[in-house]
This record gives sequence, C-alpha cells and structure tokens, in this order.
Amino acid sequence: MNNRKPIDTHQLHLQINPAEILDILYQKYGYDFRQYSEAHIKRRLYNRMLMSGIKDVSQMKGRIMNDELFAADLMHELSITVTEMFRDPKFYKSLRENVIPILKTYPFIKIWHAGCSTGEEAYSMAILLKEEGLYDRSTIYATDFNQQALNHAKEGIYPNELIKEYTTNYQLAGGKESFSTYYSSNYGHVIMHQSLKNNIVWANHNLVTDSVFAEVHLILCRNVMIYFDKNLQNKVQNLFHESLVKGGILCLGTKESLRFTDLYDQYLELDKTQRIYKKKY
Amino acid sequence: MLYDAIVIGVSAGGINAMKKMFSMLPKHFAIPIIIVSHISARSDNQWIRFLNEKSNLALKEADEKEIIEPGKVYFPPANYHLLIEKDRTFSFTIDEKINFARPSIDVLFESAADAYKNKLIGIVLTGSNSDGTSGLKRIKDLGGLTIVQDPEDAEYDFMPESAISIGPDHILPLEKITDLLIKMNKQNISKP
Repeated sequence: MNNRKPIDTHQLHLQINPAEILDILYQKYGYDFRQYSEAHIKRRLYNRMLMSGIKDVSQMKGRIMNDELFAADLMHELSITVTEMFRDPKFYKSLRENVIPILKTYPFIKIWHAGCSTGEEAYSMAILLKEEGLYDRSTIYATDFNQQALNHAKEGIYPNELIKEYTTNYQLAGGKESFSTYYSSNYGHVIMHQSLKNNIVWANHNLVTDSVFAEVHLILCRNVMIYFDKNLQNKVQNLFHESLVKGGILCLGTKESLRFTDLYDQYLELDKTQRIYKKKY
Repeated sequence: MLYDAIVIGVSAGGINAMKKMFSMLPKHFAIPIIIVSHISARSDNQWIRFLNEKSNLALKEADEKEIIEPGKVYFPPANYHLLIEKDRTFSFTIDEKINFARPSIDVLFESAADAYKNKLIGIVLTGSNSDGTSGLKRIKDLGGLTIVQDPEDAEYDFMPESAISIGPDHILPLEKITDLLIKMNKQNISKP
C-alpha cells in the first residue's frame, strides 16, 4: 500500500544533495560529474527521480548502486545532448570568413569537435568544408563521452520536422547550396550523405578524465563548458591549449568566454562576439 | 536584509509590462532583479537596450558565472536557460525547452528558490502559457514571497491565472506590485 502513496515532491527536492549522488556515480562507475554546476545537476536528478517513481534519496542511491543500466541512463541524462545544425548561424558565418582562410594555408587539416553530442554540428562543419573546397584534406575528430549520442551521430539520421529550422540556420550561415543536397529524405527522417561522413572520425573521449589525443588546427567546443565549474573549465582549457598547434583556432559557445580562465592571455581574439580565439605563436 | 533577490517571469505582453515597471522603479532600488521573458531564440536582445533607456536601473544580459549584484537587472541570453547557483552566480544550460520555452521561467525560479530560500521574491506577470507556475510553487514551498499580477490587469491573463492556482501571497495590479517592491526595498535598507 505504501507504494501507492503519492511522492512528496517538496520533501524529495529538499533531500537531494547532488554531491552525495555524484560521489556514488564516480566511485562505482567512474562517471565524473563532480565538478559540474550544481543547479543544473540537481534539476536533472530531481526529474529523473520523479520519472522513475523514486520516493526518496536512499532509494535513488540503492538504484544507482545496484542497477547498472539505470546508472548508465542517468549518466546520459546528465550530459546534455541538445544541439542543432548550424546552431548560431552568425558563428558559422564568421568561421567561413575568418577561420577558413587560415585553414586554407595548411596542406592537411585536423579538426577536433569536442562534445559533438548527436553530431549535428560536426555535419555542419563537414558541409562548410566541402563548400570551401577543404573537405578532402580534412579530418574531423568528433568526440563525446556519451556513447548513445555518438552512435546516433554516426548514423546521421534526424527527424524531418527539424529540417526546416536547420535549413534556415544554414542559409543564415551563408550556405552556398540548397541544404537538401546534403541529405536524403525517407520515412519522416533524413539521413546525411555518406560523402559527409567519410572524413569524420567518431570517438569516445571524456574531457573530464581523458587527455590529449592529437595535435589539431581547430577545436570546436561549444556549449559544453557552461556546465562545468571554474576549476574544470580551466583544466579543459589547458587540454585544448596543449592540443592546438601554434596559431591554431579555438571556438567556444557564444556565451562562453576565455576571459575568466587562466589561459586568456595565451590567445588572440579573432572574433570577440562569436568567441573565436587564435593561439599565440 | 529581508530579501536578497527578485525573480520575475513574463511572456506575452511582457514588453509593455516591463516598460511600465522599470519607469516606476527608482534609481536607488537595490534588490537585484532577474527576469525571464519569453523571446525568440534568434533575438539579439536589442530590446534590453531599448528597455534600458526607459529605466532608472542598469539592465544587462547575464554572463556565465557572473556574480549577482545589488542594483542590477539581469536577463538570460536568447536560447539558453538561466539558473542561479548556491553561491549566487549565474549558470546557463541548453536543456530541452520547458513549457515550449528556452529560457524557461520555471527553470530560473526553481534554481533561485534553492539559492535564496526565504530571501526571495517571485513574481509572475502577463503571459499566455503556464510557465512559472511550478517555479512559483517551489519559491512558496521554500519560504519566499510570491506575487502574481491580477489577471484583470494583465494584457494576457492565462499565465497569471495559472500561477494563482498555487495560492500566492499577493494578487495585485502591476502598479501595486511595483509599490510593494519599493516598500520592500525600503525595509531592506532599514533592516540591513
């Protein structure tokens, strides 16, 4: 009978101490969210508990300890996978105008898209490179720690209803073709063309726990670090600085800044508004 | 200090309501105000500049990790949820839309309630959806003061009607809400 009692959401919310739950996730599974901004994590934990009908925090802890699938789902839920093709069109426009000319000077181009989620922005990059005649000498390393999202990215299948907005973004970003040349439409979905996928390497990489894996000319990491606290932001910025060649380019989300990190004076601002930085020589 | 912050949620009809409110709030108004207004994802927030011209207070877009300061009015950037951390700094997320909105009023209110507990004033103004209702409930649960614009007085009554369901402390027309805030601000100063 006790199970039928409605959950006291107020009490439930009061009980949640994110640090405690994140410690268990880390100790037991190695998923490290301990340096994420707390307000966001608390919201996600609370929502997960409500959706799973979990009555109190001790039940939540038990579930995480004893149910590996539940823990994996929770881990996926704490990582935000929301993204768009050509998200922030003005950024892609600036990329085309300010960064492509620099990339053109390299005989081969290595790009790291860190936190690529379900792949939309990696495909956007591939399209841009194609239109600028650079795709064939480029490799895009698209990484994420969320394997579900990565699998989705690899498939490159997206629901039809999103395409209208993506097309608008593409046009605002200075696209040179008709956006529909890049996908085939079928059964309410679109699938991105194989020719875009050939030079994308999808790989599982965790910014929090893994280290440098390649020397690259361009890093895109957009709307990933907004979830990190200052220490973790600094740590990841160091990782990027190490990975970039001298004169390499770093692109952050339009609301993310290098300003308050230790590495601010290591870069020049290529486009202040769009948060595009160039590593000093 | 009785109150450390004010959070406001506003949707359809919001520009007029905010214009009115900010023309009335005096220059020395010290309690920081954080407002979520439903705006287009493609907005460049130029309207903040427009509103600033009509206002005695300094209006600005919140920056990531910015510390919330007295005498300031903050808005989220377009297409991001705005949250308040326990150390009273801002953080952003691009989580799914809540109540079809990003930024969402509920997301701001719920995190603000956690950060400020009973030192918070929550206000729901004109609008035509139900965003803000569950956030206002959280503010009430944690001891904050809750105010809803009188639906009769609101340009769009749906959002205030929805918020009234939680049993707010005050249901008032916009002018009276502003008067009340000014009074609270004075009490704040006299009881530091």
